[in-house]
Amino acid sequence: MHNNKFILLALGVIALYVGVPFAIDISGRIDFFYTLTSVALLSIASAGVWLTFYIGRINIGQGAYALAGGYVSAILITQAGMSFWLSLPIAGLFCAVLSVFIGLPILRLRGVYFAMVTLVLTEVMRLVALALPVTQGAKGITSMPLPGELSVFGITLIPDFATLENPKIAFYWMAITIMIIAYAVLWRIVNSRLGHLCRSLQQNEELSASIGVNTAYLRVLAYSISSFFGGIAGASFVSIAQSIYPSSFQVTDSVNFMLNCFLGGLGFVFGPMLGTLILYFGWDLLFTTGQYQLLIYSTLLIMLMLALPNGVLSLFEKKKVGS
Amino acid sequence: MSTLLEVKGVTKRFGGLTAVNNVSFNVNKGDILSVIGPNGAGKSTLFKLISSFLTTSDGEVLLNGKRINNLAPHIVARLGVVRTFQETTIFKSMTVRENIIVSHHLRSKASLLGFFLGSKQARADEAEFGDSADQIIAFLGLEAIANELASNLPQGHLRALGMSIGLATNPMILLLDEPFAGMNHDETMHMVSLVRRLRDERGVTVMLVEHDMPAVMKISDRIVVINFGEKIAEGTPHDIQNNEKVIEAYLGSEDAAIGM
Repeated sequence: MHNNKFILLALGVIALYVGVPFAIDISGRIDFFYTLTSVALLSIASAGVWLTFYIGRINIGQGAYALAGGYVSAILITQAGMSFWLSLPIAGLFCAVLSVFIGLPILRLRGVYFAMVTLVLTEVMRLVALALPVTQGAKGITSMPLPGELSVFGITLIPDFATLENPKIAFYWMAITIMIIAYAVLWRIVNSRLGHLCRSLQQNEELSASIGVNTAYLRVLAYSISSFFGGIAGASFVSIAQSIYPSSFQVTDSVNFMLNCFLGGLGFVFGPMLGTLILYFGWDLLFTTGQYQLLIYSTLLIMLMLALPNGVLSLFEKKKVGS
Repeated sequence: MSTLLEVKGVTKRFGGLTAVNNVSFNVNKGDILSVIGPNGAGKSTLFKLISSFLTTSDGEVLLNGKRINNLAPHIVARLGVVRTFQETTIFKSMTVRENIIVSHHLRSKASLLGFFLGSKQARADEAEFGDSADQIIAFLGLEAIANELASNLPQGHLRALGMSIGLATNPMILLLDEPFAGMNHDETMHMVSLVRRLRDERGVTVMLVEHDMPAVMKISDRIVVINFGEKIAEGTPHDIQNNEKVIEAYLGSEDAAIGM
């Protein structure tokens, strides 16, 4: 049983790295690289939102951290000449630290009150980006270079993207690598004591405190990990788009990150990944319906949530129980 | 007997209302002490003040001579004063065993990072918690339901689970808020013997708030009576049953039965 799971996982990873590019090559749909790269990166931000759900908080503010992470990376690259590969973790850390200061007061709120405050965060971040001189207002930061070479002691680990024949596949590999790391971290958190404590927080904060859990600390910790994911996703996006504007991540994106979690399933670590995939492709597939796209899309979403309140992955779980 | 916990002139005001007014008493090590009083007398508020879920307006709570009121609740729990709840409070979507294991948090020696990385200490801790959880399950006779989801349990088992969550923290003093509420006679007697064994076998000092007078009279070494937020009597069950003030407080109220 355990071995089977491991083999399945390994096959999945190989399929992601080799199978998918091969299939895209054969079908000639090169645009799918960009689509799948986006899905991978969005699912990292969604993974963060999922973690805040896991401590019992509805987070509709991940767009704020994606935007902040994107700007930090863009500014470091264009104005300090830093390598993208170094700016990426710095962007994540910046968001983690920022979220500690934001989280300390607002994580005391629960339920719809926390959700409302986070909803405002994205808008606040957009206005900050418009106002600050360093972010260059509405003009944004454009014509950024592609990620450069990453080498350690003279050994090239990642070649300069600009010298590559097909940077699209390089971005794809980069995105899924970060995604796999992010989900491995998330999986490990959930399956370690840290995750059990988060669950105790989700289910009953008072009782959690009375068994000696420092609830305030744990909440902020989970929120900052969540925001770290958001910052990483934002910075990666910027490297692909080679530009960032105050409108790069908006309230709609924040809402989508949350929907991805709902749709995939709040009880499953890989829920946000699947949710992102379905939502992103669902939206694209409905493109042909023109002006009715949003109407059909939202109707389907509502129906899906009514039919599967525990997310799409709960389908799979039910089967397991039945057999 | 040595004094473990001192409640000194504790007062709690909510705006103009004084819920607990200048209450003082001592809890000796190894005692089972009950706090009784009519509905709304301030018993639960007193428990919340002792476990620091509420801040005191005045007065002090001392544990082994050190002040513990107005600290964060998790710090008070760490110092050994743990409260279970009036409502059957448990982690609903965990199994009984998971509930108990997660409540071992205070005993973990590994850091959260250690748990994340699966360090040697973390694995040792997990193994220890598992063993200890099994002991607690055996102690309370919960073996048959150890892997049940807590949300599926009947009332009697929920109380036992609530107590085992408290027990898992390895407390010096366990505050039980209405442990017998909603139980029939047999269940109550079973619970009474469990609380006794808690003290006798595990050396836990127990404070409880309870309405079930026969049970209180049976289980308590000492009783503190509170009415309108003030302490009106303190003593052995025998003293309390014969105390005029207490009888007066209870007469005419709906809790008239005082087990005499």
